[in-house]
Amino acid sequence: MGLETEIPVLTTTVEKMIQWARRSSIWPVTFGLACCAIEMMAMSCSRYDIARFGAEVFRGSPRQSDLMIVAGRLSRKMAPALRRIYDQMPEPKWVISMGACASIGGVFDNYALVQGVDQIVPVDVFVPGCPPRPESLIYGIVQLQRKIAQQKLA
Amino acid sequence: MDSSTLIATLQEAIPGAQFEAAPSVDLQATIYVSRDAVPDVLRTLRDREDLAFTFLAELTAADFWPREPRFELIYILVSIAHRRRVRLKVRLHGNDAHVATASDMWPAANWLEREVWDLFGIAFDGHPDPRRLLMPEDWDGFPLRKDYPVQILKTPQSAEPLQVTEAEFRASVAKDRLTRGA
Repeated sequence: MGLETEIPVLTTTVEKMIQWARRSSIWPVTFGLACCAIEMMAMSCSRYDIARFGAEVFRGSPRQSDLMIVAGRLSRKMAPALRRIYDQMPEPKWVISMGACASIGGVFDNYALVQGVDQIVPVDVFVPGCPPRPESLIYGIVQLQRKIAQQKLA
Repeated sequence: MDSSTLIATLQEAIPGAQFEAAPSVDLQATIYVSRDAVPDVLRTLRDREDLAFTFLAELTAADFWPREPRFELIYILVSIAHRRRVRLKVRLHGNDAHVATASDMWPAANWLEREVWDLFGIAFDGHPDPRRLLMPEDWDGFPLRKDYPVQILKTPQSAEPLQVTEAEFRASVAKDRLTRGA
């Protein structure tokens, strides 16, 4: 770029191109576990409009998704199901742990809940809050985009 | 219908049984029933025309540990015809917590009894499907008991064993093909 030319051409590298494509259209899986999912839905609707960041296409099938937002507390009985959904997502895939319960168990320090979903799936971004505001989750997604922009291909 | 009329009616129908009025803040008829009388009492309440408590609204339990008898099993019945509700309580000892099932009278009792078994460990004799309902099936202990260690830490399972055998899976696929007419 920077050439004084009339031809409309941009030059880049394959790596940067793929990083740009991946981070600009993150498709989250439709997966809500508790009240955090309400904030997640608010984020995807018109008031906060996650479409501005290209992550609005919530897919009904994990096989079409590349982001899992663990929105809410994860019970022990749900843990195998969460892992199965994660395993069904194609690579590359990312996980956002949304809220206190998903991240560390939150107020539910008891036998029934998994104390942090990082025991079940690898987490890329932790979003604090109880529940996090939609702005917080959007910030989490922007952080994830920055992370994707730095991921090397090889 | 208050507790004393209810007890009088039931005493007349089931002569040998023990009844006792229970305190209740909401003026709803509440009585204690002995464990052995439970099937007869429930059947009488459901089937007699003048009672007609045809709807089992709730079946739950409470734990009063360390008091003995520690458990109270609670049935809430509704008579739609007479617009009445009644609450039955059954006292159970911790080392002898079992009672006859009500699932042959109300199918709704099936899952309610499984829930009570799951969380309190009260067994229901003659239950058609006595598995846990909410907790994983291989869980140890009964979480709503007052002496249960609530903050225990266990490693969560991230996978569950196959719920069908290979033969069952193949049979199911073959059956699916047949029904589609392929």
